[in-house]
Amino acid sequence: MLTKRIIPCLDVKNGRVVKGVNFINLKDAGDPVENAAFYDREGADELVFLDITASFEKRNIILEVVRRTASQIFMPLTVGGGVRNINDIRNLLNAGADKVSINTAAVKTPILIKQAAKRFGSQCIVVAIDAKRIANKDKWNVFINGGRINTFKDVIKWAKKVESLGAGEILLTSMDRDGTKDGFDIDLTKKVVNSVKIPVIASGGAGRTEDFYNVFKKSRVSAALAASLFHYRELKVGRIKNYLKRKKINVRV
Amino acid sequence: MIVVVDYASGNLNSVSKALKRFADNVKISSCATDILQAEKLILPGVGAFGDAVNKLRKLGLIKPIKKFIQSGKPYLGICLGMQLLFEKSEESNSLKGLALLKGKVSRFKANKDLKVPHMGWNEIVLNKKNRNAAKLFSNVKNKSFVYFCHSYCVADVEKKYILSNTIYADNFVSAVCAGNIYGVQFHPEKSQKIGLRIIKNFIELC
Repeated sequence: MLTKRIIPCLDVKNGRVVKGVNFINLKDAGDPVENAAFYDREGADELVFLDITASFEKRNIILEVVRRTASQIFMPLTVGGGVRNINDIRNLLNAGADKVSINTAAVKTPILIKQAAKRFGSQCIVVAIDAKRIANKDKWNVFINGGRINTFKDVIKWAKKVESLGAGEILLTSMDRDGTKDGFDIDLTKKVVNSVKIPVIASGGAGRTEDFYNVFKKSRVSAALAASLFHYRELKVGRIKNYLKRKKINVRV
Repeated sequence: MIVVVDYASGNLNSVSKALKRFADNVKISSCATDILQAEKLILPGVGAFGDAVNKLRKLGLIKPIKKFIQSGKPYLGICLGMQLLFEKSEESNSLKGLALLKGKVSRFKANKDLKVPHMGWNEIVLNKKNRNAAKLFSNVKNKSFVYFCHSYCVADVEKKYILSNTIYADNFVSAVCAGNIYGVQFHPEKSQKIGLRIIKNFIELC
């Protein structure tokens, strides 16, 4: 049976992992490759690099990071952040990324999803959706530019649209839960998962092992992602997976 | 020399990097001479069946690949590279594949419970009766987890060619072998230790 995936996400800035400051047993706490190797040993199912490099001139650094990682780590790697066009996607895939995640550019030029899926195959095109609940409603809006701009697009409609354009997967982040450690937004996740036929990754809000259990038990989400929780070693991937296995959630241990 | 066929499809580097762990002489190439001189040939691939066939045709690689296979030397198709071994795919009915094996490639029937692409880690149930399975999957336990990422699959092949099956709603064929031709639907180059073991096993075939 296909297992539920646990995915650590690393924020990479100017070629260095940021946030990860208190690692032990690592020669260089900020080296993305060493971090990737650590998660590989831990039994993570995939890795996501989110490039948050602000300066345009330094954007190529991520390609070198991807190249180094892919030459040493033999697990699926998704790279996102600042992906604007077909060339950006091609460069990342050529460097060794297995999937590329598109967020703002997908909203601004939806045709990019279609072109990319046709050119490289749906399986490597992930659309990241940052969702924020409309106050007192069971509706969410799509935000772009790192959550700074409200597009007033309905999340469910947008999810269906990206599926029809050829996206192979949706990385769904709840902005309301992100960083709160209150657990994944189950309502949002369920709604999106039930409206599309492509896999969905839940993100935002993970704080405890139970949160992973809840999102898998209560929705048919394919994967759950967390960043700082894993960075600061508050929870280990292996521990979460063992817990899930005991609770009869199908995971790879 | 192990040659990884470059037909501008997907991530060749991860395949060649994985091979380089165990072999020195690995070359990514789209040159017919290299293909014919290779000791082992690997056809990786992600993307669409029709596009891949068109690219292989444009590059004039269909004949050299078939010729290599006729020579009896080991050949491995990965993911789309395995699907290309068959006659045709639902993905593009008008274009023929390499047609070295009989069987059809069809799309998973997606619904809100059965997400497509089939993406993630799933088990391979080994066909132990097949002696070639014992070679490619030497030191690989039955029901090991490997990484899949595909929307189309080979639903049926003559049983004697099946090395492993995997369940996603129904059974599909996750690895095949006919003589010197091997094909795996999953990505060994992305399947951590187990995947590297399978790659090592392929390199050690003679």
